[in-house]
Amino acid sequence: MELTVGPNPFFWDAASWRDFYSRLADEAPVERVVLGELVCSKRLPFYQAEIPVAVERLRAAGKAVALTSLALVTLKRERNLTAELVDAGVEVEVNDLTALAHVPPGAAFSVGPLVNVYNEGTLGWLAGRGAARVCLPPELPPGSVEVLAKVGVPVEVWGWGRLPLAISARCYHARLHDRAKDNCQFVCDRDPDGRAVDTLDGQRFLAVNGVQTLSAACASAAHSVERLREAGVAGLRLQPQSEGFVEICKLFRALLEGRIGPAEVDAKARPLAPGGRFCDGFLTGAPGVAWSG
Amino acid sequence: MMELVCPAGTPAALRAAVEAGAHAIYCGFADETNARNFPGLNFSREELADGIAFAHRHGAKVLVAINTFPAAGRQAVWHRAVADAEAAGADAVILADLGLVAHVAEAHPGLRRHLSVQAAAANPDVINFYAENFGVRRVVLPRVLTVAEITAINREIDVETEVFVFGGLCVMAEGRCSLSSYATGLSPNMNGVCSPPSHVVYAEEGETLAARLGGFTIQKAAKGAPAPYPTLCKGCFSSGGVTGHVFEDPASLDASELIPALAKAGVTALKIEGRQRSRAYVREVVRSFRAAVEAVDAGRPLPVGQLARLSEGQAATTGAYAKTWR
Repeated sequence: MELTVGPNPFFWDAASWRDFYSRLADEAPVERVVLGELVCSKRLPFYQAEIPVAVERLRAAGKAVALTSLALVTLKRERNLTAELVDAGVEVEVNDLTALAHVPPGAAFSVGPLVNVYNEGTLGWLAGRGAARVCLPPELPPGSVEVLAKVGVPVEVWGWGRLPLAISARCYHARLHDRAKDNCQFVCDRDPDGRAVDTLDGQRFLAVNGVQTLSAACASAAHSVERLREAGVAGLRLQPQSEGFVEICKLFRALLEGRIGPAEVDAKARPLAPGGRFCDGFLTGAPGVAWSG
Repeated sequence: MMELVCPAGTPAALRAAVEAGAHAIYCGFADETNARNFPGLNFSREELADGIAFAHRHGAKVLVAINTFPAAGRQAVWHRAVADAEAAGADAVILADLGLVAHVAEAHPGLRRHLSVQAAAANPDVINFYAENFGVRRVVLPRVLTVAEITAINREIDVETEVFVFGGLCVMAEGRCSLSSYATGLSPNMNGVCSPPSHVVYAEEGETLAARLGGFTIQKAAKGAPAPYPTLCKGCFSSGGVTGHVFEDPASLDASELIPALAKAGVTALKIEGRQRSRAYVREVVRSFRAAVEAVDAGRPLPVGQLARLSEGQAATTGAYAKTWR
C-alpha cells in the first residue's frame, strides 16, 4: 500500500506552509502529495506563490504531486481558479465535480474524498472519464470499500486526521467571532488544526475550520490496515497537521512495512493526534466516532 | 407563473397538495432510495401509480425523488426504483448520484432528469457538465447561494432551476455532510435520514431536560419548556468560551418575501420542504404559496404574514439567499 498526503485543509501563514512542504519533501516516506487550497479561496493569496516551489521540490524528491480543487465552488473568482488549475501542468485532484468540467476528455485526473463516490456505477463512470486514482469518502462502510477496491481503479481510504464531515457557504470561524464571512479577518489562522466544538456536557465532538466542519477525534486506520490491504485498497490518505506530521508519516510507513503493529502506532501517535483521541468507526461499520483500539 | 413544487410523504398529502394548488408534487418510495426515509412515510409502487394518476387528472405533475447515493453492490435497488417510477408515469426523477444519473441517461433516455439538491451543483460550470453529459433538464440549487448568484447562474445555463423557499434548512452543503453518520452511523447520503429519532434520548437532569443524539448532548432546555429536537447542525455547543448555536439557530427557511426577486432571477420552480409534514400543514403552506406566486405573476404585492406560525420554532430566516448569512 502507498501513502498519500492529502491537501492541508487549514490556514497557515506562508512561512509555516513552506516549511511544512520542504520537510515533507526531504523527510516524509510517502509516495504522493496533494496540495493547494481545499477549503476557502480567500486564503489562497497568502501562500499561492509558494505552491509551484513546493511542487518542484516534492517532484525532485521523487514524489508524485497533484493539485486539489476547492471543495465548494460558487464565486466567479473560484470558478476561474478552478478552470486555471488544469493549466498548471500538474495532475488535478477533483474535490468538487466543477473541476472535472474543466479537465479535457482523455486527460488523467484523480478524485478526492469530498466527491461522492459511493458505488461502482459512479466509480466506473469516473474511471471511464480518466480517473487514475480515487480517494473514497470517509463515511463509506467496509462492505462498500471492499466492492469498490475491486473495480479496477486504485482506491485510497482515509488513514489519518480529523475527518472532513461537512462544508458550508457559512464560515463558522467568522460566526464564532461575530463576523460575517466577507469580513472574517482570517480568524481561522488562529487554529492551525481547527477549533474544538464541544457539547454542552463538555464532550469533545467536532472542530470547525472556516467553512469546514471536522471531527474532534483524529481518525486513524492503523487497526484496519490488514483488512484494507486484503480488500485491495491501494493506499492510505494522511491529512496534514501543524505539529509532528513527518513522524506520523514514518509511523504509518513502518506499519505498512510490518516493522511495528497498530498498538505501537497508537501509543506513539496519540500525543501527536489533533484533539488527543482516535476514531475509526467508519472503517468498522460503526458510527464514525467509535474507536476500535 | 412560477411552478410550485410541493412535498408529499403520503398519498393523502399528495391529494391535499394537488387540491391546494400545487403545480407539481415530489415524493419517494418507502425505502432507502430517497432522502426522507422515515418510518410510516412515502409510497408503495401501487400508491405511487395511483397518486400520479390522481395528479395528472388534476393537471399536476409528479416528480419522484431517488436521491440517496446507491450502496456499492446493491445498485439494483436504485435502478429498479427508477424503472418503477417511469412505469408508474412519473414526470421526472430527482437524482443525486453521478453513477445513477449516468445510468438513467443511458437506460431511460425518455425519462426527464432533475438534479437533486443533494448533488450540490452550485455553479454554471458543474450544472452545464450535468446537462451536457447526462441531459439533465432541471437543477435544484443547493442552499448555499445568494439571489444575485442565482441570477448569474441562470444567465449561463440552459436548464431550469428550482430553489427551496420554505421549510427545513440545511446549513451544510446538502449531500456533502457526514455529521449524522459520524454521531449515529446513519447518514442522509446512504440511509436517507439525518439525526434519526432512533438515536435520540431525552434525559432529565434536575431542572434540565437534555436531548442527546448518539450520546452527544445537542440541546438543553428547562424542564417543562418545549424541548427542541436534537438536529445536529441546529444544536447548542460550546467552543473556546463561546456557548451557542455554532452552526445555525433552530430556524426554518422562509423565502416567501423573495419570490419576486427569485422570479426576476429566472428561477423556474419554487420548492417547499417537508415530506415528513402532515397533510394539514402541506395544504396550508401550498395554498399560501399558490396565492403568492399568482400575485407575483399578476404584478400584485405579496400576501403577507400567514406563514409565520407554520415555521419551525416560530423563527424564520431567508438563509443563504442573503449574503450576510455567510
